[in-house]
Amino acid sequence: MSDSFNLEIVNPEKLFLSLDNVSEVVVPAFEGDMGILKDHISIISFLKPGIVKVFTGNEVKELFVEDGIIEFSENSLSILTSRIIDVKEIKKDDLSSMINEANEALKDENLDDQKRFLANQKIDVLNRLN
Amino acid sequence: MASLDDLKKRITSVKSTQKITKAMKMVAAAKLRKAQESAEKGRPYSDKMHNIILNLSKNINDKKNAPKLLAGSGKDNVHLCVVMTSDRGLCGGFNSNITKKAKSYFKKILDSGKELKIVTVGSKGFDQLKRAYREYIIENISFKESKNVNYFDADKVGKMIIEKFEKGEFDVCTIFFNKFKNVITQIPQEQQIIPLKSEKSGDENDVMNYEFEPEEDEILNNLLPKNISTQIFKAMLENSASEQGSRMSAMDNATRNAGEMVEKLTIEYNRSRQAAITKELIEIISGAESL
Repeated sequence: MSDSFNLEIVNPEKLFLSLDNVSEVVVPAFEGDMGILKDHISIISFLKPGIVKVFTGNEVKELFVEDGIIEFSENSLSILTSRIIDVKEIKKDDLSSMINEANEALKDENLDDQKRFLANQKIDVLNRLN
Repeated sequence: MASLDDLKKRITSVKSTQKITKAMKMVAAAKLRKAQESAEKGRPYSDKMHNIILNLSKNINDKKNAPKLLAGSGKDNVHLCVVMTSDRGLCGGFNSNITKKAKSYFKKILDSGKELKIVTVGSKGFDQLKRAYREYIIENISFKESKNVNYFDADKVGKMIIEKFEKGEFDVCTIFFNKFKNVITQIPQEQQIIPLKSEKSGDENDVMNYEFEPEEDEILNNLLPKNISTQIFKAMLENSASEQGSRMSAMDNATRNAGEMVEKLTIEYNRSRQAAITKELIEIISGAESL
C-alpha cells in the first residue's frame, strides 16, 4: 500500500499545483509548522508566511506562501493561498520589494498584534531566503 | 432621390464601418478565449473557499457570537450595492443589463424606506447611474490601467468594503455582475456577500468533523475578509468574460447589418445608374426622331 495522498494548491488565478503522489507536506501553520502524512485527521487551519515543503518520492519542492488556508480531509490536502512562488524561481528583486512592502506595512501605528506578527514573520522568512 | 455620388460615398462609409466592427469582433474573440480560460481557472479557488466556509459555519453552534461578516450586524437599514461594469463601451447590452438589474433593486430598497449607498466599479456603470442616482453613489472605482483582471485589484475593493462595514456604514452588501454562461447568453446576477448567505443549508448530513487549529471563530475571522475579496474577484472574472462575449456577438451583428446595408445600397446605386443611362438613351432617341 502506498503512503501517498493528493495535494492541490490553488491561488485566485489558477490551480497552481496538483499532485497525487505526495508522501509528506510540511506547512507553516499559524501556531507552528505542521507535518501532514497520509491518514491525518481532517483539519482546517490557516497559514502564516513561510515555506511549504512538498515531499514526493525523493524530491522535495519548496514553495513560499504569503498566507493561506489549508484543508485536509479524506487524504486530500487543499492549500488556498493568495500568493505563492517556487523558491527556485524567486528573484532577488522580488524578494527585496516584498521585504520593503512588509516594512511599509509595519510603519502603520494602528496595526493590530496579529498583523504585526505576520508582517514580521514574512520579513524573517524572506531574509532567510535572501 | 440621392445622387449617384452620394450613394457611392455612403457605400464606402458603411464598408469602412464594417471593417472596424469586423476587426473588433476578432479582437473580442481572442480576448474572450483568454478571459474564459482565466474565469475557469479561478473557479477552484472560490469553490474551495466557499466549501471551507460552509463547513466552518456548520461547526459554529453559537450563532450569536459568530463574526459579524457572517451573521450580519443584526440590522437591515442601510444597503450597499456594488455595481460592477466594464470600462469600455460597444459591447451590446452588457452594461445596460447590469444597471437595469441594479436599478430595479435600488427601487425596491428605496420604496421600502431603507437607505441606499452605491459603489460603482468600472466607469460605464458610473456613467449610466450618475444621472438618476448621483446622490447615492459614494465611490467610483475604475481599473482602466490594469490590463488583465488581477486579484490585487479585487482585494482593494474587498478591503474597502470591509473597512466600511467595520465602521458601520452599511448593514447589507450586494454585488451586481454578469455571469458568463456562453458567448450569446450572459445573466445579470445579484449576490449578497454581507452577511453571507449559505445557499446549501439543506444538506446537513455531510457535515465533516474537522479539527481546527486555532479555534473556529479565529479561522473564520481570518477567512471571511478573504472570502469577500474572492467573491469580488470571481465577479470580476465572470464580468470580463461576459464583456468580451457580449462585445463579440454585438460586433458580429453589426458586421452583418453593415453587410446587408451595403447590399441594399449597391442595388439602389445600380438601379439609379441604369435609370440615368435609360434616361439619356431616351433623350438621344427622341432627339434623333424629331429631326
